[in-house]
Amino acid sequence: MSAAPQKAKAGAEKIEVEVSAIVPLNDLVTRFEFTRRDGLPFPPFSAGAHTVVEMNDDGRTRLNPYSLMSDPADSTKYAISVRRDDEGRGGSLFMHRKVKVGDTMTITYPVNLFPLDLRGRKHVFLAGGIGITPFMAMIAYLERMGGAWELHYACRSEALGTYVDELTSRHPNKVHVYYDDKKQAIALEDLLDGQPLGTHVYVCGPQGMIQWVHKTAAAHGWPDENVHSEEFLAPQPGKPFEVRLCKSDITIQVGEHESLLEAIERCGVEAPFLCRGGACGQCETDVVEADGEFIHRDHWLDDDDHASGKKIMPCVSRFVGKTLVLDR
Amino acid sequence: MSKFQFPESIRSRPVYGTLEPRPGKAHLMIADAEGAEALLDLAAQDAAIFRAAHIIYIPKDTGDTYVDRLKALEPAQFYVGPTYEASVQRIRRVLSDAHMGLQVYLAGTEGLMGQAQNEAMTAGIPHSAIQTEHRGSVARRMQCVHCKGITEDVMTDPFVCSHCGLNLFVRDHYSRRLAAFQGVCVDAEDPGNVPEPVELYK
Repeated sequence: MSAAPQKAKAGAEKIEVEVSAIVPLNDLVTRFEFTRRDGLPFPPFSAGAHTVVEMNDDGRTRLNPYSLMSDPADSTKYAISVRRDDEGRGGSLFMHRKVKVGDTMTITYPVNLFPLDLRGRKHVFLAGGIGITPFMAMIAYLERMGGAWELHYACRSEALGTYVDELTSRHPNKVHVYYDDKKQAIALEDLLDGQPLGTHVYVCGPQGMIQWVHKTAAAHGWPDENVHSEEFLAPQPGKPFEVRLCKSDITIQVGEHESLLEAIERCGVEAPFLCRGGACGQCETDVVEADGEFIHRDHWLDDDDHASGKKIMPCVSRFVGKTLVLDR
Repeated sequence: MSKFQFPESIRSRPVYGTLEPRPGKAHLMIADAEGAEALLDLAAQDAAIFRAAHIIYIPKDTGDTYVDRLKALEPAQFYVGPTYEASVQRIRRVLSDAHMGLQVYLAGTEGLMGQAQNEAMTAGIPHSAIQTEHRGSVARRMQCVHCKGITEDVMTDPFVCSHCGLNLFVRDHYSRRLAAFQGVCVDAEDPGNVPEPVELYK
């Protein structure tokens, strides 16, 4: 991750918004547009940024990060596109089923963990499914700046090709779409070959796709600095466990369907966070004592940190064992 | 022995590594003088990368010492030039024709590596992806912070600016943009009170 951690605090500044439009795009994906309740312009954001949407789901607070996909030059609205995940923890189902036009919601100031490297001579975007969202903002930005870009977008089928029509009609020569059900695939090796010096590649999609791109680019001699990726992880359920927070002097229980971070918050302890998806590094917590096994799932700590047992990212990682004491 | 261990210094001072073969579609190798030894060591690790290598070599005062041995590595292209300045046109042309997947290896003096790194960065390669290995002379490329003139191959501290004639103190403060260390007037407050010059790292 290139973003330097900011001063640790519990989330970014918040903005009160009203849902101004809900646009179903296909069976799975719906766009939500927000306007500010105080009528002020939205803070400018850099393409690739996300916002954390606060959902009050029958008394349970859900905080989910979504990439801002509206035009960064438009300060009158923010838009996100949400893919419904019927197997997920319920955030996307809440957005799809409970949120109505005119509802008031709270979102955070934008945070960018997936920025364009503006030193790049050319930007190659690789999107898988709903991973298209940050590229919508990046494309709008580069079109305005006259930047060189191309998009390679893999979707399951034509019916689930979110924004395909809009993209191909506006940029017929820059957008390349690949449908799984037609057995089409991104020819990554050919694509990496022959790109001009100073090209950057960006990938947003499923974990397997991200690893494939990093691995293939490295084998072709691309520097790590030129390969960018973003994947928000949703916390996975797991066995309940007990944690002692030694600074707060309390012992808490982490339930099967909540993350360690959520359990800490539920018990009234303020803990820093930004992305809640294992990417930003804000919630990094020191382990004081542990007797058991960590289930590390974040993209932030390196392998040595994971092996050391001295650190944990409570937004996505869990623990199985007898005792866990955290410096929180 | 062409290797020299630089003492630890301020953060601004460049740190050099040891060349290692990396996967790539093409390999650009730029070396001067004893830097040839680093390329020979690289070939000992993986001779195959030289099939797609372009070597740009400036022997300086080593003359023919290494030329035949470099040629024997059978690089795809091999250029021997009289000075770095004379090779710059070729370096720029190679970089402007290059594609992603190019690996850059720099070896030899700090002045050569700094200037060649600058060309590669300008072409769009991040400096952290460019490999370097110091060999040979510890002479420095110095910029006079007063007149901005560059003096090459400085071996003593202090030294006299070859452009404006001021007596300059050799600093470890380095400019990646200029590929030069900074030289600052040593007798500004008491003109003529100049310490006896000593050879660098002696």
